[in-house]
Amino acid sequence: MTAVGTAPGADKFVRRFITPEGADLSLRLATGGDRAGAFLIDIVIIVIALVVLSIVVGILAVSVGVQNAEAFGIIWLLGFFVLRNGWFIAFEAGPRAATPGKRMLGLRVAARDGGRLGFEAVLTRNFMREIEVFLPLIFLISASAAGDPVEGWVTIMGLVWTGIFLLFPLFNRDRLRLGDIVAGTWVVKAPRQSLAPDLAAAPKVDGFAFGREQVQAYGVKELQVLEDVLRRRDKRTMAAVAERIRGKIGWYEAPFEADEAFLTAYYAALRGRLEHRLLFGHRRRDKFDKA
Amino acid sequence: MNGEAELRSLRFRAEREGDWKTLERLLGKAEGVRASQLTAAELMRIPLLYRSTVSALSVARATSLDASLIAYLESLTARAYFFVYGARANLAERLTRFFRHDWPMAVRALWRETLIAAAILVFATIAGFALVWSSPDWYGSILPDAMAEGRDPTATTAFLKDALYHDYTGKPLTFFATFLFTHNAGVSILAFALGFAFCLPTALLVGQNGLTLGALMALYAQRGLLFPLGGWLSIHGTTELFATVLAAAAGFRIGWAVMFPGPLTRLDAARQAGRVAGAAMAGVVVMLVAAGVLEGECRQIIRLDWARYAIGLAMLVLWLTYFYFARIEETPS
Repeated sequence: MTAVGTAPGADKFVRRFITPEGADLSLRLATGGDRAGAFLIDIVIIVIALVVLSIVVGILAVSVGVQNAEAFGIIWLLGFFVLRNGWFIAFEAGPRAATPGKRMLGLRVAARDGGRLGFEAVLTRNFMREIEVFLPLIFLISASAAGDPVEGWVTIMGLVWTGIFLLFPLFNRDRLRLGDIVAGTWVVKAPRQSLAPDLAAAPKVDGFAFGREQVQAYGVKELQVLEDVLRRRDKRTMAAVAERIRGKIGWYEAPFEADEAFLTAYYAALRGRLEHRLLFGHRRRDKFDKA
Repeated sequence: MNGEAELRSLRFRAEREGDWKTLERLLGKAEGVRASQLTAAELMRIPLLYRSTVSALSVARATSLDASLIAYLESLTARAYFFVYGARANLAERLTRFFRHDWPMAVRALWRETLIAAAILVFATIAGFALVWSSPDWYGSILPDAMAEGRDPTATTAFLKDALYHDYTGKPLTFFATFLFTHNAGVSILAFALGFAFCLPTALLVGQNGLTLGALMALYAQRGLLFPLGGWLSIHGTTELFATVLAAAAGFRIGWAVMFPGPLTRLDAARQAGRVAGAAMAGVVVMLVAAGVLEGECRQIIRLDWARYAIGLAMLVLWLTYFYFARIEETPS
């Protein structure tokens, strides 16, 4: 379930984000795990692309003879450069502002001030990766290859120093990496959601008439839990939930009464009641709320 | 209670749903590979649909308790927001703006940092020259063997001279140029990014560049080959070193903003510095492409000292004019 209905800020990754029209989009930030996952996906794609590029260029170069292979050498060099530096920049400068890895996890880059995400911001945030990822990597490689102890210690110090850059996002609440700080960006969740059918629009089934007391048993929180249960349509959960609601509202179960039909009807009735109250300015948060 | 014919929120959704679906479809098209598939009329409709969806979101939050509907509207509004308020200028417009405004403005704004980086480079070059001039032993510790490619104090004068005028006819020059570009771009990006670490590593990187340059110059000067070396270096060097200096300057700006944010918060200071630095860096990449071509192609083809000097000087004048003396439109078109 989403954090809808709770005030922004209740969830530590939701940020107020007011559009010029005055609406709050309550953007949800990507977690450190999301970021790392997206980056790994991109790296895997890049490495695979590099290997494929190398093999194809190698085969072509051998087939024309190494003497005439200049063009393929250029293609390889540029391909390497573009994949390493251009991959992130090209995708993030596009209309979806996300690399394939970010898209897969439903993330996108956005300017923190809500303005336009400029090309120079995309460039900056990705050039900074040089010291966030590649420098620690270089230190890591040379640390494992270092011969004498002094050199070893120097590389370990370097590793610690650059490790701070790498892990920086975990030390601030907006999960900003160095590139984000300098570019004025952050990474938000922007999943594509499809519009599910409204549960209250289901055709009415006869035999479910709830009294006033019965539809006053719960608040918005319970309603939305019920919505979630109905959308999942897990038989056992529905049976358990139906059992509890029947007990709570004193409902006499008719023979052969289907749990789903009962829950759907109760959902519609409860929502009708709560939305009716909402129109009069009463938002009953949960069953303990006396409003 | 059950007698209620229909919920208001259901009616609300039924009335608006068509618009939302249309917006979703248009956004899908706009974000796709071929955004040009959108007709002008469709492009005009997106902001209108976006505004009605924003208001629908507000209404839904106030009157509907269907959590999935609100989640859907939030995601749709956010998507549309990023499109409507995102950059939609086409590539040609963006490039024009960059070359006519953003790039020279950024370089101009970085003039202090540029002077400092240039001073470090010059100072380190003089130091490198002086060290090797006074004692050639320094040469080996400044230039690693791999980088020297045999150009060390034990090399014959003829060998050193040949390195300057080697005939590369039939050799893969474009490959060489490409290699130089990718290598130099990597170094410049590193110099820029290191600026964040309080400027010092960037200064060291620039200093090391200068030392190498000075050492090489001293080696050639001792054999009376300083003038031809100057030509060999300056044909591309004015562009390449300028680019390196600008990359370092961009790095300095960021490092300085992080260290001394002034009246701004550290975060805002870093962001402001990053905006200028980013535009300058995009330009640095362009300069390095030019330097790669000059070094990899032109220098190997043109083997006359004065012609090399002339090209190097012309490039320097060109960059200086473009950055500091050309008129820049204050309001970008």
